[in-house]
Amino acid sequence: MSTQQTSDDARTPGGALKEAESRLHYAVRELSQASWVITLLSVLVALVVGALLILATNPQVQATMGYFFARPGDFFLTSFEVIRDAYSALFRGAVYDWQAATPQRAIRPITETLVNAVPLILAGLGIAIGFRSGMLNIGGQGQIILGATCAAFIGYAFQLPLGAHLLLALVGGALGGAIWGGIAGVLKAKTGANEVIVTIMLNNIALYLIAWLLRQQWFVQTGSNQPISASVDESARLFGILGTGFRLHAGILLAIAATIFVWWLLERSTLGFEMRAIGENPEAARTAGVNVPKATALVLIIGGALCGLGGAAHLLGTEYRLAAGIAGTLGFDAITVALLGRSRPLGTFLAGVLFGGLRAGGVLMQAQTGTPIDIVLVLQSVIVLLIAAPPLVRAIFFLPHPDGSPRVRRRRRLRDQQAAEAASEPAPTQEVSK
Amino acid sequence: MKLQLKGVTKRFGTFTANDQIDLTVQPGEIHALLGENGAGKSTLMNTIYGLHSPNEGEILLDDKRVTFDGPGDAVEAGIGMVHQHFMLIPVFSVTESVMLGYEPTKTAGMIDFAEARHRVQEISARFGFDVDPDAMIEDLPVGAQQRVEIIKALSRDARVLILDEPTAVLTPQETDELISIMRQLKEAGTSIVFITHKLREVRAIADKITVIRRGKIVGEALPESTETELASLMVGREVNLATQKEPATPGEIGFSVEGLTVVSGSGKVVLDNVSLSIARGEILCVAGVDGNGQTELAQAILGLRSAVAGTISLDGTNLRRMSVKERLNAGIGFVPEDRSTDGVIPAFSITENFVLDQYDQQPYSNGVAMRPSVMREAAVNQTSRFDVRLGTVDDPISTLSGGNQQKVVLAREMSRDIRLFLASQPTRGLDVGSIEFVHRTIIEERDKGTPCLIVSTELDEVSNLADRIAVMYRGVVVGIVPGDTNRDVLGLMMAGVPVEEAYTQAEQHHTILGEADEEAQA
Repeated sequence: MSTQQTSDDARTPGGALKEAESRLHYAVRELSQASWVITLLSVLVALVVGALLILATNPQVQATMGYFFARPGDFFLTSFEVIRDAYSALFRGAVYDWQAATPQRAIRPITETLVNAVPLILAGLGIAIGFRSGMLNIGGQGQIILGATCAAFIGYAFQLPLGAHLLLALVGGALGGAIWGGIAGVLKAKTGANEVIVTIMLNNIALYLIAWLLRQQWFVQTGSNQPISASVDESARLFGILGTGFRLHAGILLAIAATIFVWWLLERSTLGFEMRAIGENPEAARTAGVNVPKATALVLIIGGALCGLGGAAHLLGTEYRLAAGIAGTLGFDAITVALLGRSRPLGTFLAGVLFGGLRAGGVLMQAQTGTPIDIVLVLQSVIVLLIAAPPLVRAIFFLPHPDGSPRVRRRRRLRDQQAAEAASEPAPTQEVSK
Repeated sequence: MKLQLKGVTKRFGTFTANDQIDLTVQPGEIHALLGENGAGKSTLMNTIYGLHSPNEGEILLDDKRVTFDGPGDAVEAGIGMVHQHFMLIPVFSVTESVMLGYEPTKTAGMIDFAEARHRVQEISARFGFDVDPDAMIEDLPVGAQQRVEIIKALSRDARVLILDEPTAVLTPQETDELISIMRQLKEAGTSIVFITHKLREVRAIADKITVIRRGKIVGEALPESTETELASLMVGREVNLATQKEPATPGEIGFSVEGLTVVSGSGKVVLDNVSLSIARGEILCVAGVDGNGQTELAQAILGLRSAVAGTISLDGTNLRRMSVKERLNAGIGFVPEDRSTDGVIPAFSITENFVLDQYDQQPYSNGVAMRPSVMREAAVNQTSRFDVRLGTVDDPISTLSGGNQQKVVLAREMSRDIRLFLASQPTRGLDVGSIEFVHRTIIEERDKGTPCLIVSTELDEVSNLADRIAVMYRGVVVGIVPGDTNRDVLGLMMAGVPVEEAYTQAEQHHTILGEADEEAQA
């Protein structure tokens, strides 16, 4: 490096951190640009890995292993049956149950899938907005907790007319999430605080905040010592849209509307243009007159609002009562959903439905075949792992590299080497001629 | 030492950077490798220095075939390289820098400072380098830092010395000193390969010139060739080096900067009381060696850096307290120095880049929602007007060549009604054809009556474009001189010599390049 050009930045201790951050940006961008093919293949590989794990833990299969060399056919047949049963139960639990007694019950699984998908989609969109803007929002969990908490409190502590009550509860939920995301956003905008660290810490704060609130009588309004709140009023609940027998509620409409909104925001609005610009190249955005701190704060505020809305929809549509475990692993699953959806609105929607389905189907799979539901977690994890490492997927399926196949390249290099060696053979005679 | 390349080919993926290069550098020869940016000169030198291994071909040193696994092997074999960006550590002394990696040791592995220091002094004295072995690198001017790099190479017994764009950071006077050093080395039998795209230098220095274009050697020339001949060889067609321009017809003052002072984050004054004014229909070029405050001047005018004092007025309005967006809307058209980091967003489409700083303005948006069809239509029209070679405007801009990207940036800035055209290094890294285009476009903008402020470290560009030249040195405007001012004077001013003194000194001492200039004119 020329000493003349050593910039002020490189000499300050912050330089290294900045570099690490730009690498993070790069990684986020890479992840959000994985191709559809890679995504689909990742799901496929995950199912294979899941199958292997099911086999490894299944007692029947283990039994046939005992006499594998005597009758290998038994092993393969049992293996096939076990996997078929497990995955068909997964499918029946998630999409369509052809063994159900009534048509109504046959289509119930898909509605359950959508019920699970609602908070995943909403929160996933919130995370995806961050990814597209170059920000790694790990705070979905905290934002969901805050959203659910605000929505719940408005839901049972206020008496309001039908419609207005629900609206206020949803807005309250979004606002709760927006504030939680906004803390990280404003800190990053004003001081450059790393959003990853701040949002992770805010998750913990949210966890202890809800634990504390649930011990306050003014908050829970139940008259008991149980750390669980009162139930939200009917007027604040997300109404069912398929009648009795189904849990599917209006939250799914909200999720669809949010998906369309996020698409419009990112692809059509000037704010979205700013957000994408700071995600791709903050320097150029600044030079082009974008108020980078403002846009940074807005990204996390809007993302937080969507996560908060996810928490609110989960509470007002499914849970009705606030408990310490309200968010479950939603906040982290939402990150996975956003990654799997390549941070695109439609992709995130579909990924949310897939994860909702895995969860719904996992329950039936466990109940009917005894396959632990944890397999679903493995599937989810393997999917993300593979999406994060496109070269691995390409290697598994012998796909060409986008910049030309490494195999072909290796072959070509070998050929070149041979050619070079052949060409260099007459070299000694040339050396003499000076 | 004699350096010979036979059929050296280097490919990166499907791209062939060097194609069957044959090159012979005789002992004690100054061999210039001339080519445009991206022609493959640096790749070739990095191959010789062991940084790349060639796909085909061989390298011979004194007729013996050599292969290098890394620069260490190359240094061992007697090849030294001075990179365009120096590989020095600012807080090291000259002695420490020179011995780094090759420390002479006493018993028990103790570093023998005295020996190292002595070696620096010895080499320095032998070639009259005038370098203090105890000086800190960061305190040395760029020219001296370069000499440290050369000493470093010589101390490792380099008998082939590769200089990569050695004059890019030097004033004409410093270049002069470098030339005399190169001649001394030549006398001592060292072979020198020097890479450049500057025509006047090759003619003044080289014994032999090899021209490289698109990875291939396209011809050899003698220093007696004219610049036009060399340029056409380098570009592959007839080129017009000097842009045709009518004398300026300056109107009233359109833009001015008064007492502008900017302090960097570390508290250093980077712009010190700078005052400039530009009339409508006039081009003012800011010349100077890189890093003397020109970048900061452009940033302060656009609002990317805040000024601690002074006024920036455009048509009588003071911009100093305005945001970047307000300044752009007030009519500043800005072409940034570093296109890929500040000028475009590589992953965005050409259309999106075309509206990058007007995305929230009419007619591209109503303030909330963008109008994709309007954006697209404008991008299609303007890119064709600026002759941008592209597939469709929906492709990412990263698919375009540097020259075409720069044309998109120019199209963006010039397709609206601007009150000031501000460009920093508008042709850095571009090929000759694009440079001609950019220069013509800037002059057209001037003729429309726009005040133009062009920051450039290339003196060729400055003398091509400027109606007046402001020379900067260490954050201060040394002086403002007419556009046709002699290069020697400009060179002295770039080193901080005040105007009048620069004129008298230049009378007494012609630089080698200045003389070559006058001969060419005569």
